[in-house]
Amino acid sequence: MPISPQLGQDAAAANMADIKPRYTPQEALIEANRCLFCFDAPCIQACPTGIDIPSFIKKIATGNPTGAARTILSANILGASCARVCPTSVLCEGACVVLDREGDPVKIGRLQRYATDHVAERKVSVLKTPAKKTGRRIAIIGGGPAGLGCAAELTQLGHSAVVFEKQPQAGGLNTYGIAYYKMPPQVSLEEVAMIRQLGVEFRCGIEVGKDIAVAQLEKEFDAVFIGIGLAGSPRLGIAGEELPEVMQALDFIAQIHTRPLHEVPVGRRVAVIGGGNTAIDAVTQARRLGAQDAAIVYRRAQADMSAYDFEQELAKRDGARFLFNVVPVEILGSDGHVTGLKLARAEKVGGKLKPVPGTEFVEPFDMILKAIGEQKQAGWLKQMFPALELDARGVVVRDVDTGQTNLPKVFAGGDCANGGREVVNAVAEGKKAARGIHAFLDGHKVSGPVQPSRLGVKDGAPVGSGFDRPIRVPELEKEYFAQVK
Amino acid sequence: MADLSINLAGIKSPNPFWVASGPPANTAYQAHRAFDAGWGGVVWKTIGDPIVNVSSRYSSLNLGTRRMVGFNNIELISDRSPETNFREIAEVKKRWPDHALIASLMVDTRERWHEFVKRSEDAGADGIELNFGCPHGMCERGMGSAVGQQPEVAEKIVGWVMEAAKIPVITKLTPNITDVTFAARAARKAGSNAISLINTINSITQVNLDTFCPEPFVAGLSSHGGYCGPAVKPIALNMVQSCAADPQVRLPISGIGGIASWRDAAEFIALGSTSVQVCTAIMHYGFRIVEDMAEGLSDYLDSKGMKSVNDLIGRAVPTLQKWESLDLHYKRIASIDYEKCIGCNLCYIACEDGAHQAIALVPPNGHGLGPGRVPGKPIPEIKDQECVGCNLCSLVCPVDQCITMVSVDTKREKMSWSDYQRKLAQGEIEPIPAHP
Repeated sequence: MPISPQLGQDAAAANMADIKPRYTPQEALIEANRCLFCFDAPCIQACPTGIDIPSFIKKIATGNPTGAARTILSANILGASCARVCPTSVLCEGACVVLDREGDPVKIGRLQRYATDHVAERKVSVLKTPAKKTGRRIAIIGGGPAGLGCAAELTQLGHSAVVFEKQPQAGGLNTYGIAYYKMPPQVSLEEVAMIRQLGVEFRCGIEVGKDIAVAQLEKEFDAVFIGIGLAGSPRLGIAGEELPEVMQALDFIAQIHTRPLHEVPVGRRVAVIGGGNTAIDAVTQARRLGAQDAAIVYRRAQADMSAYDFEQELAKRDGARFLFNVVPVEILGSDGHVTGLKLARAEKVGGKLKPVPGTEFVEPFDMILKAIGEQKQAGWLKQMFPALELDARGVVVRDVDTGQTNLPKVFAGGDCANGGREVVNAVAEGKKAARGIHAFLDGHKVSGPVQPSRLGVKDGAPVGSGFDRPIRVPELEKEYFAQVK
Repeated sequence: MADLSINLAGIKSPNPFWVASGPPANTAYQAHRAFDAGWGGVVWKTIGDPIVNVSSRYSSLNLGTRRMVGFNNIELISDRSPETNFREIAEVKKRWPDHALIASLMVDTRERWHEFVKRSEDAGADGIELNFGCPHGMCERGMGSAVGQQPEVAEKIVGWVMEAAKIPVITKLTPNITDVTFAARAARKAGSNAISLINTINSITQVNLDTFCPEPFVAGLSSHGGYCGPAVKPIALNMVQSCAADPQVRLPISGIGGIASWRDAAEFIALGSTSVQVCTAIMHYGFRIVEDMAEGLSDYLDSKGMKSVNDLIGRAVPTLQKWESLDLHYKRIASIDYEKCIGCNLCYIACEDGAHQAIALVPPNGHGLGPGRVPGKPIPEIKDQECVGCNLCSLVCPVDQCITMVSVDTKREKMSWSDYQRKLAQGEIEPIPAHP
């Protein structure tokens, strides 16, 4: 049977409502007053964009939410979406000293949302661009968080940025790929509107390489920034994959963001293949749109899931099932529609997970969502920029501080350059690349690193603060400790 | 269990906790509720010739999310008739014979004072408190703080009262004066049996930045209000101690000013109070707060092996001396417990910008930074040689017992400023070099 929408308008809206509603002014005041106003606070270090968190929280506490938003947005142009989608418990809130003192950190994300909502709702513009323009033009390929971070910073440095986005709307995954109950697409679109108002030009619906040649960009522009993110999930390579109810989890989520919620078709029994955060987003939203059964199908054990613990908890609360240590061997269908998934127990053979023959079983499903990780953009990159250096994974090689690639005029950041990380990492890399481009074009550096220290900067590094060390991101901590040893 | 009962200049009370003269002591209904809740005494809202009050009357100083850290009012004395007040005092006294009931009075002429003293006694009041303190409204009519601010006037009026009074008289002092002991001495000279302090302080709590009118406002205008609540406690303690230590005062004291807990009460008693009076905390939380005050004070006295409140009265008075008698050779320095440090670095910036630049931020060097999990984050380190022992870092530190002040043996004999001046004059020592 083909799938169809399961819930009426009100039920769908109620299920997809904000899971963390905005603070009331009093709630914000109470929470803001929990902040100790640390000097060179650990939360600033833990934020990839280096927002001066104690300062913005102090401003909320004094009744100055506009100033708070200015502090946030001047460091992170996507402060509104990051407030909602950042995994704060492993970033700023994970580093909060109040967590150490009393086991419960200051709710930085929710305070950030309070401040950014304040200005977004009142259409207060808190950022300024210099009156005198440099006359330099930069092409930004990809209107996702990295591209937006880069474009907004360039504009604030006096340059002209033109964003080329193949989708009808800019914002990237923020517009099309975030769990709706965390952030509806309007938030992202408002951010895009704010960046447009700063003076960034958007050319949406334009695909570089098809609608405009790279050579033309290189001719017309003084520099190019690549922020194209990742491609879709790879094929499962099993029978039945072409059936109409088999789709990419991100495409399912994009439908939620482009259609009225009660018009999004969803299966009664939905399997989500994968163990990452996107798999969680898909399984929870399938449940919230009315699926009676929604299951994560993951080839390893729970402990191996890359989804954050709090995301896994959310899926459990939403009534999702988990099938661990199984691999799909065939998608079953009848009359051209999905009827089930044949699974087999997974076992490691020579370092690779293989189905164990004879352990097959069938689970009835009528919708299969693939969330098995996104592919790198190696193909497109090689085609468009043949001389661009990529690493073995197919990720753009660039200077992490400036975003500059082996092609001097070409800079990169975000998922296509870091292999796939958080929105906030992409914004930070876009911002760093903008400063790299600024230095490249005008031959001088923007003072200070992304994470500022009130102690000042000496020889390009913050004095004695360890501020260039992002923390609480497990792999970076590992890296850091390796260096220390 | 320690004996909480007290006797202040002949006024007996089952415990030292009295409801201060103010809105909570306005009616018999409230007095009954107060005694029911466990208060030992009630000082009735000041009785005088009829007045008219305004609306609104109160305002507060809030700090962060804490409400009413400071509080002020422009309410006048009782707006009920003297007849009603004295009748209700009689009623209350009848039902609570063993509790202290004190009539607070404020009138103008000698005759009126004599009359009101008599009426208080007739109603059965255990004592009289003379309101020489209200800093708003009544002072414009030559009463309240207008009296308390002029020792000679206060002395004259206390004298009038003493001509008539057969029950103990407490003179309530205003803090709106340069040296409160002058007013206390005047009360003593005129024969007052006790003093109570402090009354409220002249204040403006806040200005409305839209209307440019301070709060509380009355049809677009405001007036100076009397300030009280937790924020005034340090000022009150200072004045109580000053009176308690003054050999020319030597009167029992009823302490007032920001008392909200047994601990506050114990501090006032240790600085010379026999009873303590509470108003703002009751206005905030109701009469029930006395339960913890009584229990807490009793447990505290027990823990110190004190048999009664009397054992505590004045215990801390002698440890407050003139600055010139403090030991210049005593030294303490800050010490950080890195097992507790959470890495906020407030100590660092407070010392760096606000004090003596005696804390450095240094690499952790193997220090675990307590529960803090920020790898490589610099930690604060006290520069022992630079530390002057000012306490600031330990005051700003948000973790209990993380920064403590540790005494250092300077191996030098005690030498106060007076000793120093004497030794200098006698040529015994060289001048101490100035701090660089």
